[in-house]
Amino acid sequence: MELQTLFSLIVAFFVGGASAYLGSLMLTKRMALVGDALGHVALPGMGLALLFNINVFWGALIFLLLGIFLIWLIEMRTALPLETLVGIIFVVSLAIGFLIIPEPELIESLIGDISKVKILDVFLAISLSLIALYFIQKIYPNLLLANISKDLARSQNISIEKTNLIYLLTIAAIVATGIKIAGSLLIGTLLIVPAATAKNLAQSFKGYMKLSAFFGILGSFLGIIFSSLFNINPGPLIVLISSLFFLFSLFKKRI
Amino acid sequence: MILEVKNLKVVLGNKIILENLSFSVAEREIFVILGPNGAGKTVLLRALLKLLPYEGSVQWFPPDIRIGYVPQRIPLIEDLPLTVAEFFQLKDVSEEEMLKNLKAVGLSEKFFHQPIGKLSSGQFQRVLIAYGISHSPKVLLFDEPTAGIDLEGEETVYKMLEKIAKERKLTILLVTHDLNVVYQYATNVLCLNKKAVCYGPPKKVLTKEKLDKLFGNEVKIYHYYH
Repeated sequence: MELQTLFSLIVAFFVGGASAYLGSLMLTKRMALVGDALGHVALPGMGLALLFNINVFWGALIFLLLGIFLIWLIEMRTALPLETLVGIIFVVSLAIGFLIIPEPELIESLIGDISKVKILDVFLAISLSLIALYFIQKIYPNLLLANISKDLARSQNISIEKTNLIYLLTIAAIVATGIKIAGSLLIGTLLIVPAATAKNLAQSFKGYMKLSAFFGILGSFLGIIFSSLFNINPGPLIVLISSLFFLFSLFKKRI
Repeated sequence: MILEVKNLKVVLGNKIILENLSFSVAEREIFVILGPNGAGKTVLLRALLKLLPYEGSVQWFPPDIRIGYVPQRIPLIEDLPLTVAEFFQLKDVSEEEMLKNLKAVGLSEKFFHQPIGKLSSGQFQRVLIAYGISHSPKVLLFDEPTAGIDLEGEETVYKMLEKIAKERKLTILLVTHDLNVVYQYATNVLCLNKKAVCYGPPKKVLTKEKLDKLFGNEVKIYHYYH
């Protein structure tokens, strides 16, 4: 195996697994769109990073943190529907991204290219995924309870604000890393599709989270392998393969 | 006394939901809050739990008293692949306590690993009660589901709550729109429709006049159950 493919597979394993694992929590809150939107929030940051010739990861991360903070503030301070606001932030970021990112890089920002990851990206992917996993593990019972019923969580003296902030920061870290694999347009896939697939099949929550991570890794692996075989961009392939799993899971659910 | 409420007022989005509400609850009482749909019963429970902003005073004795809460319904939970045992883990309930409490609400071991979405509405309500009485609270706030549980089922749930209250020396605050529950189980009743329409022992304060005022035309339906 080529070293480059090995790099890609390592990144896919960590980022695909971690984002799908995190995504399983996102689905409990009907936050499917937030992952998508955040991918776009990263775009202007990536554009600026390209302009100043620094790793796009940092540009993406800074803008994601800003976006996250905005969403968190909006959710805590107002009664406005989250989905609407997220939708607006989403299109604004996309528009700014289109304006400042040079055309050749634009495609890469949108659909990513995991086949070009460098050794630094590999380390970044491994460390951020592990950190994210650590935090998810820590907040998961409280967050799940808050997602099920805010009243029940508050009656148990759980600080929903704090839990939510950690949760959103974790999403930011994963999205920033995942943009390299799938691109900003497709990062939502890694967060949502494996989780949706697992939800159709799982019989317990633990099983659901594990299955979600499994489908995240499997979809990313297969995407990379097929892309190196047929020499096409892996991002869209990962999306299509993951969605195919979802389609199969629907049949299982009916039975 | 375990709870004292004075001049409670709750305003949500410029609308007065509750006002001028004063009452107290003694230890080991079954205190029933009765009122039609939309009277502010659930809002009252949430104010007592300090889950929303209010004016006036809500004092628990002691202030850090352990309160168990059984919410009306949890719409999202049925959609999740969460087992009964995993639900209890969210409150850090030990397996031993979970076993004991599920038994107390009449659910056998075979329910532990069942997904919550597959329970009937009655079974789910029992799970919520078992969850509410975990960590041995001194008070249980029980919000009655407005729909979805058949009457026969409801009666046994109230009987069960009464039994648990006796065994565990619990005080219960119970929200309902069902008059029969009041007559059978209440030590004191608070008739609520934004303000207190009546307050005291049910046999004494539940006059036809007050009930008409409380329920309006709806009360005719309730009379059939006598």
